[in-house]
Amino acid sequence: MENLNLVLPEIFISLSIMFLLVLGVFKKNSSKMTFNLSLFAILITAIITINETFSVSRETLFNESVVIDSMSSLMKIITLIGGFLVLVISSSYLKTFKIYNIEYPVLILSSILGMMVMISANDLIVFYMGLELQSLALYVLATYNRDQLKSSEAGLKYFVLSALSSGLLLYGCSLVYGFSGSTNFDIISNQLNSNEYVLTFGIVFILVGLAFKISAVPFHMWAPDVYEGSPTTVTLFFTMVPKIAALTVFIRFLYVPFLNLIDQWQMIIIFLSIASMVFGAVAAIGQTNIKRLIAYSSIGHIGYTLAGLATASNEGIQSSIIYISIYVVMNLALFSCLLMLRRKDQYYEDIEDLSGLSKNHPLLSLCLLVILFSLAGIPPLAGFFAKFYVFKAVLEQSMFFLAIVGLLSTVVAAFYYLRIIKIIYFDKEKDKYDTDHSLWLKFSLTVSTILILLYFIFPSQLIEVVSRINII
Amino acid sequence: MNFPILSSLILLPTVGALFLFFTKDKEGNNSTAKYVALFTTIVNFLISIYLWISFDQSTSNFQFVEDRTWIEGFINYKVGVDGISILFIILTTFITPLCIISVNNSVKNRLRDFLIAILIMESFMIGVFCALDLVVFYLFFEAGLIPMFLIIGIWGGPKRVYSAFKFFLYTLLGSVLMLVAIISIYWISGTTDVIQLYELGIDAKYQNLLWLAFFSSFAVKTPMWPVHTWLPDAHVEAPTAGSVLLAAILLKMAGYGFIRFSLGLFPVASEVFTPLIYTLSVIAIIFTSFIALMQEDMKKLIAYSSVAHMGFVTLGIFTLQQQGIEGSIIQMISHGLVSAALFLCVGVVYDRMHSRMINSYGGIVTIIPKYSILFMLFTLAALGLPGTSGFIGEFLILMGAFKDNFLVAVIASLGVILGAAYMLWLYKRVVFGKLVNEDLKKMFDLNRSEYLILSCLAVPTLFFGFYPDPLINTIEVSVTDLINMHNTNIASK
Repeated sequence: MENLNLVLPEIFISLSIMFLLVLGVFKKNSSKMTFNLSLFAILITAIITINETFSVSRETLFNESVVIDSMSSLMKIITLIGGFLVLVISSSYLKTFKIYNIEYPVLILSSILGMMVMISANDLIVFYMGLELQSLALYVLATYNRDQLKSSEAGLKYFVLSALSSGLLLYGCSLVYGFSGSTNFDIISNQLNSNEYVLTFGIVFILVGLAFKISAVPFHMWAPDVYEGSPTTVTLFFTMVPKIAALTVFIRFLYVPFLNLIDQWQMIIIFLSIASMVFGAVAAIGQTNIKRLIAYSSIGHIGYTLAGLATASNEGIQSSIIYISIYVVMNLALFSCLLMLRRKDQYYEDIEDLSGLSKNHPLLSLCLLVILFSLAGIPPLAGFFAKFYVFKAVLEQSMFFLAIVGLLSTVVAAFYYLRIIKIIYFDKEKDKYDTDHSLWLKFSLTVSTILILLYFIFPSQLIEVVSRINII
Repeated sequence: MNFPILSSLILLPTVGALFLFFTKDKEGNNSTAKYVALFTTIVNFLISIYLWISFDQSTSNFQFVEDRTWIEGFINYKVGVDGISILFIILTTFITPLCIISVNNSVKNRLRDFLIAILIMESFMIGVFCALDLVVFYLFFEAGLIPMFLIIGIWGGPKRVYSAFKFFLYTLLGSVLMLVAIISIYWISGTTDVIQLYELGIDAKYQNLLWLAFFSSFAVKTPMWPVHTWLPDAHVEAPTAGSVLLAAILLKMAGYGFIRFSLGLFPVASEVFTPLIYTLSVIAIIFTSFIALMQEDMKKLIAYSSVAHMGFVTLGIFTLQQQGIEGSIIQMISHGLVSAALFLCVGVVYDRMHSRMINSYGGIVTIIPKYSILFMLFTLAALGLPGTSGFIGEFLILMGAFKDNFLVAVIASLGVILGAAYMLWLYKRVVFGKLVNEDLKKMFDLNRSEYLILSCLAVPTLFFGFYPDPLINTIEVSVTDLINMHNTNIASK
C-alpha cells in the first residue's frame, strides 16, 4: 500500500478546486467567498505539506513516478506562499477592472496544482501532465482581462509559443524514451551512458522547452509582451511562481536523468546563463514600461540562477534555490509598489509615472529604493547575498569566465535600476497617488521590504534550510 | 569579552539615523534633527578618542577584536583595529560632525533625509576601516555607494544626475572584480579572515591576478590616473558636505585598502607591480597638477589636486620603506583635513555668491579678512609648507622614494613645485588682486558655525605639522611589522 499521506497536499488541493468550482457555479455572487476559501485552501495545503513531507528525506510513490524529497517540499512551500500572496493582493486590482470572478482563484489553484505535480515528478509523463495543467491555467489567466486588447494578445502569444515549446519538449522526451526504454528518471539515468548524437538531440529539445518556460535567452521573446499585456497581478504570478516550478524541474532533469551526460549539457547551460545575464541587462535599458522592464530584469535574474545550475555541484543547486527564493521576495515587493501606483481607479505602469515619487510618497519611495538596490545586487541588501552565493559556487568550480561576465553584467543592470531611482528621487514630482490601499498590500510590501533590508543580520537560516537539499 | 566598542562605533550613527527617521519632519524647522545628528556624531567622536587613548601603541596586533559567527562555517563578522586603521576611524568621526554643522548653509531642502544619509554613510565608512574579514570589508566598501549616490543625486548641482551615475558605475565596475578575487581567495585558502590570511599567506602563483583584481577596485576609488575622471565631476556637483566626505574619507578607503590588503596579502605581486604603480603615480602627480593649473572652477581645481595628492600616497605606499608608508598614512590624514577644509572654504564663498568660478572673485581680502587668513592657512598646508601637516607627509614620502628609486623621486619632487604653483595661483586670483566684481562687496565674513568648523580643522593641521609624534607613534609599530612581514615573505619565496 502506498503512503498516500505524502501526496495529501495535491489531493487536498484538487478536491478544493472541484469544490470551489461547484460552489462558485451554484451560488450567485460568490466571488468573495471563493477568494477567501481558496486562500484558506492554500493555507491548509501549505500546512499539510509542512507536516507530512518536510521531514521526509526521500520517498517515491506510484512505481517511483513521484518523488518526495527535501527539494520538492521546500519548493512546494515557496510555490504555495507565492500563490497565497498573489491571491491576497489581487483583489483590489481585479475589482477595479470588474473581473473579480470566481474563475480567478480556481485558475490560480489549478496552476499551483500543476506546479506541485511538476515539482514532484520523477517520470516524463507525470512531469508533462503537470506542465500542461499549469500552462493551460496560465494561458487563461494571461487573457483574464478579456476586454483589453493587450491582455488577449498576451494570452494568445503565450499560448502559441508555449504550445510550440511543449511540442519540442515532448519530442525530446520521446527521443530520450527511445534510447533508454523507460520514462522513469532513475532508470533513464542508469541507461544513458552512451554519447549518441540523437540522444544529444533529445536533451537539447528538452532543455529548449524548459528554457522557454523559464524565459532564458534566446527563448525569451514571449516574456516582455506577455508580461506587459497580462493583468498586473497575473504578471506578478508569472514572474514568481511558475519560475520556481520550472527551475525545480530543470534541476531534476539535469541532475537525475542527465547526470552522466554532463559534458553534453554543461556548455548549453553556461551559454543560456551568459546570454540571459547579458541580454537581460542590456535590453532593459531602453524600456519605458515598468512591466516590460521587469520582464527583462527577470530574464537577467534567471541567468544568474542558471549560473548556479551550470556548476554541477550541490553548492550550485543550493545557491540557485537561494537565489530564486530571494528573487521571489524582491519581486513581490516590487509588484506591491507597482500596484500602489493608482489614481482614481487607474493604474500607472510607465517609468515616467514614478517621477518625483519621493516628494509625495516618501515611504513608498524608500521601499522602492531598497528593492531596486537589492535587485541591482548592492550590499548589504538581500539581492547581494543571492548573487554572492551563486558566484561562490561558480568560482568553486573555477568557472572564472562565467563569474566575471555575470558580475560585469550586474554593473550594466545597475544602470537601469539606478535610472528608476533617479526618476523617483531626482526628478520633478507629479500628482499624488491614492493611499487607501488594502491592508494585505501594505502588509506584503512592508514584510518583503523588511526581509530584504534585514536579511544580512541572519543570513544563516535560509542556508540551513536549503543545505538539506542534496541532489547529486 | 569586553564591551564591543568597535561595533558600537559602527552602529551608533545608524541608530541615530533610525531615530531621525521616526521623528516627524517639520517643514522649515529642522533644528531638532540637526541637533540629534550632531549629538550622535559627537558622541561617536568621543568614543573614538577614548579608543585612541586606550589603544596600546607598543604592539602591532589587532586590538579590540570582535569575532562572531555570521554565516555558519563561512564568514565571521570580525572587526579590530591596529595602528594603521585607528587613525582613519578618528578622521572619519572627526570630519562627520563638521559636515553636519556645515549643512546649515548649503542644504536647503529635505535636511532630515540628508542627515540620515550622512549618518548611514558614517557607519559604513567606520566599518570599512575596522573590518578584518574580506567579505565584511567588501560589504561596507560597496554599501557606501548607496548614500553617496543619493547625496550627490538629490542635493547636488545642475549636472548631478550624470555625476552620480558616473560615480556609482565607475566604482561598482572596479569593485566587482574585487568580489571575484575575494571569493577566489576563499577557495584558495579556505578563509577570508585577514589575520589568518596574513599567517597563511597566499600561493605566489595566484597573487598577480588577485592583486590586479584588488587594484582595479582601489585604483578607481583612489582615484589613480587614468580612471580618475569621475572624481572632478562628483566633487563639482556634490553639495559641500558631500564633497568633504568624498575627499576626506572615501578616497582614503582605497589608500587604506592598498596598505592593508594589496601589501599585506600579496607581497610578491606588490613587488612585481611596483613599477606600474610608480608610473601611474608619477603621471597622476605631474599630469593632474598641470590640469589643475588650467581649471576655472575652484572645486574642480581642488578635485584635481586631490588626484595629485593621492598620487603621492600611492607612490609612498609602494616604496615599501618605513618612511614611505608612514608618510602616506600621514599624507592621507593631512589631506583628509586639508581638502575637507578647502572644500568648506569654497562652500563658504559659494553660499554667498553662488559661483565657483575663479574669475568671479578677486580682491576679497579686504572684505572678508578672517576667511582669507584661514583660506591661506589651508592653501599653504595643501602645498606642503613646513609647519603644516601636509609637509610631514610629502617629506616622508619623498624620503622613502629617494631610498627606493631616485628618478621617480626626482620627478615626484617636481610635483611639489607644481602643487605650490596651482594652489598659490588659485589663492592669488581669488583673494588678492583688484576688486572688479561689485557684488562681492556685499559678502559678509565667516559666521559662527563656519568659523568653528574651519578653526577645528586648522588646529590639527598646524598641531600635527609642528608635532607629528602622536601620529607617528601610533602607526610606527604596525608599519614596521608590516614591512618585516613583507620582507620575510619575499625572502621565503
